[in-house]
Amino acid sequence: MTAPSIPVVEMRGLATRIGGRDIHRNLDLVVEKGQVVGLVGSSGSGKTTLLRQILGLLQPSEGQVRLFGQDVVTAGGEMRRNLLRRLGVLFQGGALFSALSVFDNIAFPLRELRRLDEDWIRRLVYLKLQMVELEPAHGKLMPAELSGGMVKRAALARALAMEPELLLLDEPTAGLDPERSRSFVALIRALKSELGLTVIMVTHDPETLAGLATHIAVLAGGRIETFGSQADVMAAEHPVVEAFRQGGKG
Amino acid sequence: MSEPPRLQIESGRVVLSGDWTLASILPTLAVLAQQLDDAQKSCLDWDLGTITRLDSAAAVFLWRTWNESWPSKLLISDMHRHVILRVAETSLPNAVHGRWDFRRPLETLGAAVIGLFLMLRGLVVVYGQLLLDLGYLLRHPQEMPWKEVSATIYKAGAQALPVTALVGFLIGVTISYLSALQLRTFGADLFIVNILGIAIIRELGPVLVAVLVAGRSGSAMTAQIGVMRVTEEIDALAAMGISRSIRIVLPKMVALTIVLPLLVMWASSIALLGGMLSALLQLDISLGFFVDSLQRAVPVANLVIGLSKGLVFGFVIAWVACYFGLRVKPNTESLSANTTASVVTAITLVILVDAIFAIFTRNFGIPQL
Repeated sequence: MTAPSIPVVEMRGLATRIGGRDIHRNLDLVVEKGQVVGLVGSSGSGKTTLLRQILGLLQPSEGQVRLFGQDVVTAGGEMRRNLLRRLGVLFQGGALFSALSVFDNIAFPLRELRRLDEDWIRRLVYLKLQMVELEPAHGKLMPAELSGGMVKRAALARALAMEPELLLLDEPTAGLDPERSRSFVALIRALKSELGLTVIMVTHDPETLAGLATHIAVLAGGRIETFGSQADVMAAEHPVVEAFRQGGKG
Repeated sequence: MSEPPRLQIESGRVVLSGDWTLASILPTLAVLAQQLDDAQKSCLDWDLGTITRLDSAAAVFLWRTWNESWPSKLLISDMHRHVILRVAETSLPNAVHGRWDFRRPLETLGAAVIGLFLMLRGLVVVYGQLLLDLGYLLRHPQEMPWKEVSATIYKAGAQALPVTALVGFLIGVTISYLSALQLRTFGADLFIVNILGIAIIRELGPVLVAVLVAGRSGSAMTAQIGVMRVTEEIDALAAMGISRSIRIVLPKMVALTIVLPLLVMWASSIALLGGMLSALLQLDISLGFFVDSLQRAVPVANLVIGLSKGLVFGFVIAWVACYFGLRVKPNTESLSANTTASVVTAITLVILVDAIFAIFTRNFGIPQL
């Protein structure tokens, strides 16, 4: 381990305006390697927007977003591509390609590399399916034929296909039954210890947050109001945290 | 920051070190594959103890090199062993290879024929539902979706005025110009009025407008109904106890049936105007004379035929558009396929119906000299 490691995600003085409305103002967030950061905040506080900015899907009005030490906004072409290959995203609705089968969805990013042969890809795809507890037979199904929970797991398998270093999860356990939700948390935790995965997740589920997050960032009033280890933040007096504490007990 | 993957052979052992991840093995994939193969052939012990990271892509790489079995002597940390173990335990279903079969073309043909019959049945179902809905609305006139009908009239009719006018005008000018060249050689200049009048009012006006509207509004209707199915809006309507056919399908069919004859009237008039201007410039036929002889050259039956065609075409376009819209499955591929099918089928049917019209109205509206 090199001593002062570069933060995986670094946001400085970020401001976002969409349609004349301020979403973020002067927002700072630094996520170090190996952290699992739970991003919490009330609905409409701009959590998903923040994820989109990490991906470079949305340009910030002011400030900087750095991924693995490189500016996402100014990075162009090849560099940007390489940068984005190092992260995997699980979108809220899954965002599986509806014209492709589950197998082809997961194989898609691997085929895009144009370096791996079909046998290799096949093994990887079935491995990922197994990782997310889907049957090999599910690979043949089209996304429209999957239940909500299966869409989530298939989308996670696709996000994991490229062996990402950073995983962005938007409401990973929403729509899963408690059993699946728990196994999902266990899965992410196992992956994290194996691969040294860094995770940023938006969640409303207290159990997922408690089970997975090492750190919690509270987004309120357009800024990260509180950031710290799970224990510290959960002990703090904050309305959003309070709501989670209540939920966790209930 | 990350160490490149390395393979060394030290005193009878293969030593792997560095990061063995998808990203790090890609740049030197060919070299590494060669090295691993050579190492495997020489049957040495494997030492993976100094690997810093190992992901499943690289684990698959190693597992394939080892011909899917554990090497007899292997030194590896428990964590990395677990990664490879998971690769080893992955169950691979047998690949099903599609073999060519002489029955395949026959099956394709059969499927196409059955598909055609299913489409006809589907169209009849949509038509029957429309009749049932109209019957229901006769008994409950207060439930007539006037707002939707008027919105469709505006979108498919009023907003189509400029484009139909432009196309009509240009076609009028072109037909008039080309006919004038021919007619002048026979000295039959005055027949330009007959040619333009009958061709545009009876045939070109309705077909032209129908093709434009099928491309413009037919596709829009299919896509709209299709997206409403994809986003479950239609189910939401049904859950509120609102009939999807009365609220979505019926207004479109009624509105397009009303609006197409009006568009035909409009486009034919503009096309005639274009023809008149061209005739004035080319053959010196004054506008007044043109209008005057138009009444004598073109019996009013032609106008009736043209407008009735518009009526039927409008109905056919909306009918086909709604049928294909309701057939959309919730994925993007199906949406685009059905929209394409909707436009193609609508235009084909319009031409077909036009031919039928031509046969059955052959005794009407042709001036006997």
